[in-house]
Amino acid sequence: MSALRLDVRKTYKLFIGGNFVRSESGRSLPARSPSGQTLDNICHASRKDLRDAVAAARPAAGGWAKKSAYLRGQILYRAAEMLEDRAAAMTEEIARSTGAATAEARAEVDLAIDRLVYFAGWTDKFTQVFGAVNPVATSHFNFTIPEPTGVVAVLAPDEPSLLPVISLAIPAVLTGNSAVVIASDKFPLPVLTFAEILATSDLPGGVINILAGRRAELIPHLAGHKDINAIVNASGVEEAHRALQDGTAINLKRYAARVMTAQDWFTEAAENPYWMADTVEFKTAWHPIGL
Amino acid sequence: MTQTEIAPLRLHLIRDRVPTVDQVTVEERAAAFTKRSIKTSAKLAGLKMAVSMMDITSLEGKDTPGRIAYLCRKALQPIEPQYDVPSCAAVCVYPNMVRYARRFLGERSVVKIASVATGFPSGQYPLRTKLEETRRAMGDGADEVDMVIDRGAFLAGDYRKMFDEITAVKAACGPAHLKVILETGELVTYDNVRLASQIAMEAGADFIKTSTGKVQPAATLPVTLVMLEAIRDYFFATGLRVGMKPAGGIRTAKQSLAYLVMVKETLGDDWLTPDLFRIGASTLLNDVLMQIVKTVDGHYQSADYFSLS
Repeated sequence: MSALRLDVRKTYKLFIGGNFVRSESGRSLPARSPSGQTLDNICHASRKDLRDAVAAARPAAGGWAKKSAYLRGQILYRAAEMLEDRAAAMTEEIARSTGAATAEARAEVDLAIDRLVYFAGWTDKFTQVFGAVNPVATSHFNFTIPEPTGVVAVLAPDEPSLLPVISLAIPAVLTGNSAVVIASDKFPLPVLTFAEILATSDLPGGVINILAGRRAELIPHLAGHKDINAIVNASGVEEAHRALQDGTAINLKRYAARVMTAQDWFTEAAENPYWMADTVEFKTAWHPIGL
Repeated sequence: MTQTEIAPLRLHLIRDRVPTVDQVTVEERAAAFTKRSIKTSAKLAGLKMAVSMMDITSLEGKDTPGRIAYLCRKALQPIEPQYDVPSCAAVCVYPNMVRYARRFLGERSVVKIASVATGFPSGQYPLRTKLEETRRAMGDGADEVDMVIDRGAFLAGDYRKMFDEITAVKAACGPAHLKVILETGELVTYDNVRLASQIAMEAGADFIKTSTGKVQPAATLPVTLVMLEAIRDYFFATGLRVGMKPAGGIRTAKQSLAYLVMVKETLGDDWLTPDLFRIGASTLLNDVLMQIVKTVDGHYQSADYFSLS
């Protein structure tokens, strides 16, 4: 019986607007293990998939930012719960994709869960921490508050396969932004599996969108895209860094480069609260007060 | 013979004279128009043509003189001159707003003023007030009248009433172009759309128009195709060119190109002019402008950089 059975192989889809979609281009790529064995296929995102992801992220940002900070925290905490629930599957996914030992992969998953919980806690705290009441000489109450900037594009590094996406995308969305994540070129499967966890975690569709394929193909369209408000680049690719810097200089969108080694992602450096400040706008208000 | 004397002859056996519509074929054929690949320079030309055929519309209870002036300004100059985009064909407003549009546009404007009339959107009003409305709109300076038919009368089989109302309104609007809104979303079947199109054209419509925009579904490709075929057959029978205006539900640049393709492939280049084809829309213009800028500048655009629609 088992000898006659055909494997039902999965093609990992893109995650856009809360839906799992094939690439508009119809293309796919094999995801290979470090030993060169084909594990599964992934959809190969095109620039039009990027366009669609931004078009899904834009309307999602407004509703997400309007939810109370407490609720956003609960939803992110729920994502941690769902990841915990599927920790074994995620461990296996990382292990078979990257060739890491099971214990190593499990450590990455555990840290990913803890980091989700950590960032979930920041939703109702970042305003107080980064906001300020400013001393002014006139009879005004002068205060500064951070507000989400809108749609944030996130470029993940090749490795580790999962942890950087949590450390990059969650600080962007916890403040009320929506994100378009471009997964690791080399090991895309764990992040695409993470999309399935997000899809079942109460996160509104479109708040986090995940594309996979070849990042070099998408980068030229990121910087010029007027509906992307900020780019967080941790790809570690020098040409990408230069192209994005050049492109964003023209339309003045926010650009943050994260220079990290693969090991750094396992340290506190990847929990830097100031990363949140890279994807918010600071609004200062002058409120007249009684004499 | 006067219009009323001809009328009984024209309406005679109309149900037998008008062909029925095959739903499956018309929907399949209409879907085929969305498959054309229109890129780069052809796309740019198509989008600019779509702008030149647009009746940009504001039909809301909250319309004010200021909002109408804004609409007119946008119709005259939809975007910065560097993109070389033509003016829209017309603004489409409520009768009470016609005077403000005229005040803003002046007497000789490339942008026409279309006024909805005859108890828009339901048409469930007495003929007397419908005619009065039409005359008022004309008096205030409307160039075109978009009337609604009495769908209740049509569906009850009282084609005479529908026909007579159109002829009466046509007489009341004199030289102005008359667009007859069938409100296809309420006519239920393609056969009814085809029949109502024929009655409207025989009663003297200069344009037939799909919808008010207040009823869902509004304009769709298949329903527009049925009307275009009615226009084609009427042209073969009489030599008269009747215009077409799909309105409501056309929101994307891609959709607007599909409509242009359909007009070209059903009626030919003769109809690809604002004199014979219009698109009624309120939010479409910005999407078309974004696509134009994207095609010219090469970057995906954001609504943040375009004026409100």
